[in-house]
Amino acid sequence: MSAPTQEVFDCRVAFAEELIALAREDERIVAVCNDSVGSSNLVGFQKEFPDRLINVGIAEQDMVGVGAGLALSGYVPFVCGASPFLTGRALEQIKADVAYSQSPVVLCGMSPGMAYGELGPTHHSIEDLSWLRAIAGLGIVVPADPGETRSAVRWAASAATPVFLRVGRFKVPAVTDGSFEFGTAGLLRDGSDVTVVATGTMVSRALEAASAAADEGVSVRVLNMSTIAPLDEEAIRRAIRETRAIVTAEEATTTGGLGAAVAAVVVTEPAPVPMRMLGVHREFAPTGTTAFLLEHFGLTAGDIRRAAVELAHA
Amino acid sequence: MLVADPTAAAAWHRFRQDFAGAAPQRRREMLRQRANQSRTTDLQMIGRAGLGHVGGDMSVLDILTTLFFAVLRVDPEKPEWADRDRFVLSKGHTAGALYATLAAAGFFPAAELDTFAGPLSALNGHPNRVKVPGVETNTGPLGHGLPVSVGMAVAARLASSSRHVYVVLGDGELQEGSNWEAAMTAGHRRLANLTAVVDRNRLQQGARTEETNGLDPLDAKWKAFGWDVAEVDGHDHLALLEVFTAPRGERPLCVIANTTKGRGVSFMEDRVEWHHKVPSAAQIEAAAVELAR
Repeated sequence: MSAPTQEVFDCRVAFAEELIALAREDERIVAVCNDSVGSSNLVGFQKEFPDRLINVGIAEQDMVGVGAGLALSGYVPFVCGASPFLTGRALEQIKADVAYSQSPVVLCGMSPGMAYGELGPTHHSIEDLSWLRAIAGLGIVVPADPGETRSAVRWAASAATPVFLRVGRFKVPAVTDGSFEFGTAGLLRDGSDVTVVATGTMVSRALEAASAAADEGVSVRVLNMSTIAPLDEEAIRRAIRETRAIVTAEEATTTGGLGAAVAAVVVTEPAPVPMRMLGVHREFAPTGTTAFLLEHFGLTAGDIRRAAVELAHA
Repeated sequence: MLVADPTAAAAWHRFRQDFAGAAPQRRREMLRQRANQSRTTDLQMIGRAGLGHVGGDMSVLDILTTLFFAVLRVDPEKPEWADRDRFVLSKGHTAGALYATLAAAGFFPAAELDTFAGPLSALNGHPNRVKVPGVETNTGPLGHGLPVSVGMAVAARLASSSRHVYVVLGDGELQEGSNWEAAMTAGHRRLANLTAVVDRNRLQQGARTEETNGLDPLDAKWKAFGWDVAEVDGHDHLALLEVFTAPRGERPLCVIANTTKGRGVSFMEDRVEWHHKVPSAAQIEAAAVELAR
């Protein structure tokens, strides 16, 4: 499973390729960015569609407002910026101009989580899921691999509803069949003892953990929760009924993100199950690469396996 | 979503036709009367609701009336018409003034104004495009209207449409940095299809703008950001009309409309406490008498 030769991918590549393919088919597709032509991987888009790439410079509030104005005029804007700045700097624009105004903007949070590693907590975006989950009417999508990223980009272009798409930079293996269904968790591995609900970069690690847990006699179900809002509550309820415990894993703060969303379902069930929430617990990261930080915060396959096995034996 | 009032819309069409054929003095009188009727309507709405932003409503109403009754290429019965001009009220707290204007133009029935700010009313304290025809984007938090309007102007250009985008900004609102991000973008892109009108009443919620975080020299700021600038009396309808309809340059236009907060009601004019104070029934009656002159 964890063969060292396993190929890994930067999901921004699949994102950009799919966006260009869509733009060839549909003139309404435009991109808006904050001086992030390079980091949002929009160089190819700009080359092919120079008039349809609106770079407002380093001005995220303006960027999101401009995106809303385009959406309200019939365009399908993909508003791209590093996730910490897009979501943190322009949070009120996301709330008022996009979600509350129901303007069908696709907000693309690039390089989220701790993808910027050594650049530090100013450049990490571990709060985005928590902040955005509190906003009514905003879909939150976190693809797990390049195939799912492509399908999610294609879905978002025709969604006609406000969407936040978290596009990973930290390289991940291909783990899905490449399909994406908004609001539906992907069952990537069935199991009967413990369910691991993972999102984004954590999905491949959850699968690796499940494989290792099986060697210890623990049967682990893996759900790819690529839609954080609205949450697939039914998949969680099935996990509560059919397995004995739940582990959540996200490259984000557990204060309000995936873990909190799943917990809100678990505690309102008549017979809740024990839970463990893996993620960052209200802490700014120390210096280190992304891989180091994921290890530091207990987000490796080994950590997920340990949590699942402990809960299975509890 | 509210729907148009065909009778009021027909009256609005007649007004526009009569206006087009009228001599300047008659035009001035038509817009003056129309604006003052909206002022009275708005004061009554605020009195009923027990809330509103009366000072800013009174200061902006001549601008709104001139735009909706003499300038904007819109059709109250086709609020979704793709090539309509876009109007954004960035100073969303003066929603009462906008609602009174939209109802007078027939975008929705005037009877709806009685519900202003009441439970489940479409007419919230700040405008909601999902519920109110004629509202293009939801405003309320300040500094949001200009970036959205810039996006609309970029869209119009991409679509090769001749539609024009008008946005009305409060002056205090210009303390929000997002305006200047958007001003820079509009200037850089030479968005000549965009007009920003600053309701320059020189008062913000708690004090004078120049005592709080001064804006002057305001014209120089906009010019430095790549805009053409015109300064007019924001209560002179014909001056407003002239600046809105004059041949355009190649840059976005900022109209600094010098206004008086509380305009038209002697005891409210230029008084900071009338930012969102609610007039009594007797005060509304006294104001209505002044406005009917």
